[in-house]
Amino acid sequence: MDAIDILLTGSFWVAVIRIASPLIFATMGELICERAGVLNLGIEGIMTVGAFTGWLTVYLGGDLWLGVAIAALAGVAFGLLHGLLTVPLGLSQHVTGIGITLLATSLTYFTYRVALPEVTSPPKIEPFQPFPLPGLSGIPIVGPALFNQTPLTYLAFVLVAVVAWILTRTPVGIALRAVGENPAAVEAQGISVTAVRMGAVAVGSACMAVGGAFLTMSAFNSFFFEMINGRGWVCIALVVFGSWRPGKALLGAVLFAAFDAYQVRLQQVTGGAIPYQVFLMLPYVLSILALIVVARRASYPKALMAPYQKGER
Amino acid sequence: MDGAMDGAMDDGAVLRLVGVTKRFGPLVANDSVSFTLNKGEVIALLGENGAGKTTLMNILFGHYLADEGHVEAFGHRLPPGEPRAALAAGIGMVHQHFTLADSMSVLENIALGTQSLWSLRFDRRRALARITTLSRDFGLEVHPNAQVSDLSVGERQRVEILKALYRDARVLILDEPTAVLTPLETEALFRTLKKLVAKGLSILFISHKLNEVLAVSDRVLVLRSGKIAGERATSATNRSELAALMVGDTVTEPTVTDHAPGETVIELVGIRTTGRVGGAPLDTIDLTLREGEITGLAGVSGNGQAALAALLAGTLRPDSGTIRIRGEEMGEWTARTALAHRIGRIPEDRHTIGMIGDMNVIENAISESYRSPRFSHRGLLDWKGAEDFARAIIRDYDVKCPSPRAPVRLLSGGNMQKLILGRAFDGAPHVILASQPTRGLDVGAVAYVHAKLLEARNRGAAILLISEDLDEVLALSDRILVISKGRLSPPSARGALTVREIGERMAGHGFQEEGGIHAA
Amino acid sequence: MRLEPKPAPGLVSALLYPAGAILATLVIASVLVLIAGASPFTVFGLVAKGAAGSRFALLETLTRATPLIFTGLAVAVAFHAKLWNIGAEAQLYIGGVVTAVLGTGALPLPGPLLVPLIALCAMVAGALLLLGPAVLKTRFGVDEVVTTLLLNFIVLLFVSLLLEGPLKDPMGMGWPQSAALVGEARLPRLIHGKRLHLGFVIALVAALAVWVILRKTALGYEMRAVGNNIQAARFAGIPVNRVLMKTALLSGGLAALAGFSEVAGLKGNLSLDLSPGFGYTGIVVAMLALLHPLGVVVSAIFVAGIFVGADAMSRAAGVPSYIAQVMVATALLTMVTAIMLTRYRIRWR
Repeated sequence: MDAIDILLTGSFWVAVIRIASPLIFATMGELICERAGVLNLGIEGIMTVGAFTGWLTVYLGGDLWLGVAIAALAGVAFGLLHGLLTVPLGLSQHVTGIGITLLATSLTYFTYRVALPEVTSPPKIEPFQPFPLPGLSGIPIVGPALFNQTPLTYLAFVLVAVVAWILTRTPVGIALRAVGENPAAVEAQGISVTAVRMGAVAVGSACMAVGGAFLTMSAFNSFFFEMINGRGWVCIALVVFGSWRPGKALLGAVLFAAFDAYQVRLQQVTGGAIPYQVFLMLPYVLSILALIVVARRASYPKALMAPYQKGER
Repeated sequence: MDGAMDGAMDDGAVLRLVGVTKRFGPLVANDSVSFTLNKGEVIALLGENGAGKTTLMNILFGHYLADEGHVEAFGHRLPPGEPRAALAAGIGMVHQHFTLADSMSVLENIALGTQSLWSLRFDRRRALARITTLSRDFGLEVHPNAQVSDLSVGERQRVEILKALYRDARVLILDEPTAVLTPLETEALFRTLKKLVAKGLSILFISHKLNEVLAVSDRVLVLRSGKIAGERATSATNRSELAALMVGDTVTEPTVTDHAPGETVIELVGIRTTGRVGGAPLDTIDLTLREGEITGLAGVSGNGQAALAALLAGTLRPDSGTIRIRGEEMGEWTARTALAHRIGRIPEDRHTIGMIGDMNVIENAISESYRSPRFSHRGLLDWKGAEDFARAIIRDYDVKCPSPRAPVRLLSGGNMQKLILGRAFDGAPHVILASQPTRGLDVGAVAYVHAKLLEARNRGAAILLISEDLDEVLALSDRILVISKGRLSPPSARGALTVREIGERMAGHGFQEEGGIHAA
Repeated sequence: MRLEPKPAPGLVSALLYPAGAILATLVIASVLVLIAGASPFTVFGLVAKGAAGSRFALLETLTRATPLIFTGLAVAVAFHAKLWNIGAEAQLYIGGVVTAVLGTGALPLPGPLLVPLIALCAMVAGALLLLGPAVLKTRFGVDEVVTTLLLNFIVLLFVSLLLEGPLKDPMGMGWPQSAALVGEARLPRLIHGKRLHLGFVIALVAALAVWVILRKTALGYEMRAVGNNIQAARFAGIPVNRVLMKTALLSGGLAALAGFSEVAGLKGNLSLDLSPGFGYTGIVVAMLALLHPLGVVVSAIFVAGIFVGADAMSRAAGVPSYIAQVMVATALLTMVTAIMLTRYRIRWR
């Protein structure tokens, strides 16, 4: 198989969409937070929590969708904590976010050990199954890639549309964007800046957690340590790359996933001539390069990382 | 619209403040302020900077909490600290600094928060129809779909007024609305206000400009040091009476004695800028500053003052043109070169640019000179020497602070400014850049700053005084320049121009015929 | 709810709030211990005993504190200038790589020359690694948080590549680890037969040096000015970008010393388990110390004690040792809240 031929195989594009799905969830989550003016570096930890709680729910006999809901709730909990510390209390969003990631990750590992003291290899669960959309899944290449995925993948794409709709077409979306641009404008119109920002961080964190849950419930079928593996940080880069717009961020996530899927296949093609670590590094390197390319002309939310106090201007 | 006010209007009072007091630590910003605004009335709230006007407005609107007293609207007491309640009661506020989200459309800004946050669709069509009607009825022309960042200052103010009208405001509070307007735009604003009053709105107009207050109001309340110092019917008062009420009897007008300027110290030739500072860039300006002379720069905010100040401070590099100091052409131009050529700098914003709030008085005192052999030996700082220096400034400039080791954020604005003066005037600078040196200071501190500037002029410093307060420019300057859209008018000697002529130049007239630019 | 600034905090509130933070951390940890089915008193007693209950325990705690002092200093230095270096982990590994490359016989020098030379080279490598993100920040406006975080993953993969390739120990039975350092390249033990090594002393010296730099030198003054108010620093003529570069070099160098000290002092070779997140824990260490370099020593020992004690406790009481990580993360969040409360008063209306 040739390096170019990879791009023409159906399984490649199936993998691309599968790899992209958790990134889409988490990127939308981060995007919601940042559009409201709050950087959420808790993303990596919140994804870990989501991956674990979703998986645990199913492992303990719960329904798959119940797992997704529990994961989202766990995300909300950590999001509210991050929101409480950074919005009304105005603490450094950098330090708090890192703290949330450390806390969420360690709490997850602790709970895992408490809940499953005996296990040596991570137990598997029955994950979401692909759900072919009648008619559409038969189309060559595009069909299996886009229309024969698990329900969570469909949900990821729906989420992008919903986020885009909310941000531009609903009163709450307008308030959310305004609060990320100029909180004083929102306060002057009688809306609580704190409430909007807290809400955005809670909802955004729920999306991140579902992104994490995708990994255990729709990809790897079990939970293991360090499974998020920097995906959260990549998503932060994707938000910048997407200029804080849902559509562009989606494009970024798919591009990134394509690159990731491609490098895995390229490893097989090159047959070990290049160390596999080089391929594994490429996605991270790509993220940094993407940041460099867009950083100059990125129009970020003006009030990003700026805490707001009433009456201050 | 009028139906909303039925019942509560027996005595005609739409808004009443009762014994409002607000303290910030030891400072009493408002001291039991009470007054009543009636229907269809325009009250002007007049006061110096720091008299407590803005604090009062923030309490009225619910941004701040009063320590004592309360606010009534249409006979009902407003719950404190809730902007939403003020809005619902029909109070609209146009802030001094606009509260608009720049990257969003006019329509989105106006309709923000007027539709239920939980509705699934933002009803753009309804908002559009209402805005169109309102802007036609009140003559407030705007493009609903334009992005706010593309609007002029005057247009933004219109959007702010529309925001209030959109919510059926019956009382409009305008905080220093003319500070950022050209005289022409100001006149348009006054016409709008007349229309609003004719439709039954009541207006509270906050200003420190006597002429405007006299032109626009029915009644004048004078606020001094947080207290109501007097109340007059506009028809029964005059400039001098109001001025006396405003400043009390502590006023000491600076006495400027004529004396001939000395040699040219700094010369700007054909300077253009594009850098990222607020307002207009400089468009090919020439400027000369001479020993023992205060050059006053008048102009409406945002016309290039910030760029000129940043240029002289060394934080903005010119794109083209030359800077000469005592005839020597400057190559590299940074804050350090400016300091090395003894330019003393008083920045416009003392909190964000002038001082480092969390560092102490000593550390702030040496921020421009820590590298000099006075304070530093082989990279090691001499904190003993630095403390002596800071103590000298505290003593000589009468800076009130808990201790030299106290963080400067604990200092009042006036004391911060004195510390900045002490730092900038250290080593007898040849050039002094004073950018809005008295903004937000109380009367005493203003007089102090003026005296120090005149003292520096009399010892031979070349001073550029940039101020949006025309009275200040007129009082201190030996000659006056006007800046408009990044260009400078030719200089005029003190007293050579009437206020009206200066106003015309501020609006951009009288530039072309001189070919723009040469000064001195 | 709103915040109002307080005047300068008195000594009582300056101590009271951090004490409250520690207390809150213990309460939260107690809840977790109860959930895990153990008694908090027993567990904390075991942690304390495991951390400082014996000479062995104490030495072990100091040994574990050594890399944390270095990474804590690296973070403290960077955060003073508000350069968000979250990449101490990567800089640590690069320091370890340099030590392994130069210390396995490449340079035939006597110990007194070789060790300082290796330390210096490790510092240079770590410094250069952080210079990249610093340049991207100042030149292109790329947020250094994301770049330093991503570099952690890149560097770890790079180390893995080296350990399975050029640096692989031929005698290593297939394990991904480097050959052992030659004797001359090793840091001597402080006490014969115990694990505590000279790296600890170097860490103390480094802390003192950083304190001198921050408090007594023009550079330290510039760093603090840039960190507190970058606009005011620029206005005062402080060369902001250059200061950020110097901060990056210093911070990266310090973090790399952690890797050097672990390889040359403790492990004797480079492996992929060189650091169990010392770089990230360094952030907590620095924040607990309120970024004070001498405080970093204290907080590093405290945090190391929790880790060492939790390991011992876990063996005895069966509560997962991850409780240590939870406590450290909680302490970070409660401490930043406490610092805020010393400066602001919360008004609920």
